Amino acid sequence: MQLARVVGTVVATQKHAKFGGAKLLLVQPVGLDDEPRGTALLAVDSVGAGVHEKVLVVIEGRAAGEALGRKGAPVDAAIIGIVDHVDAVE
Amino acid sequence: MQLAKVIGNVVVTRKDDNLHGIKLMVLQPLAPDGRAVGRTLVAVDAAGAGVGETVFFVRGKEASFPFHPTEVPTDAGIVGIVDEIDLG
Repeated sequence: MQLARVVGTVVATQKHAKFGGAKLLLVQPVGLDDEPRGTALLAVDSVGAGVHEKVLVVIEGRAAGEALGRKGAPVDAAIIGIVDHVDAVE
Repeated sequence: MQLAKVIGNVVVTRKDDNLHGIKLMVLQPLAPDGRAVGRTLVAVDAAGAGVGETVFFVRGKEASFPFHPTEVPTDAGIVGIVDEIDLG
């Protein structure tokens, strides 16, 4: 899983039926130092995250489908938690 | 599977229901000689690991298998704590 910052919301009217009702957010992966790393990606949100919040993102197809509660959904990333804080020694 | 050092943990109150009661640890992947290589990541803990320990973890859907039948939404999981490595 990756730490990420929610940087935007995405609206798409025409999409695969399995997305019905799913909230799509744009997330920017960040390091432990909060610095962006890599390219921002789209993730489905099942926990009610909002823009600016730090979240935990799972980047794997089946796990993302489970988070969405739909097997066989064509997704590869999902927000599965909102981070309160990270304690790291390095 | 890959070697890593546990360098922290993540506190997450609002989360997927299937993650309740599961520890989330910050991992720094390691080379066999102990050098840090690659990006840190967050993994579920199926081995009872603590900060500072060297562990091995699995990537992918298989990371949720230790919690079967709960369908834990994860892509990485600690599955063992390393006692020692002998590079011969």
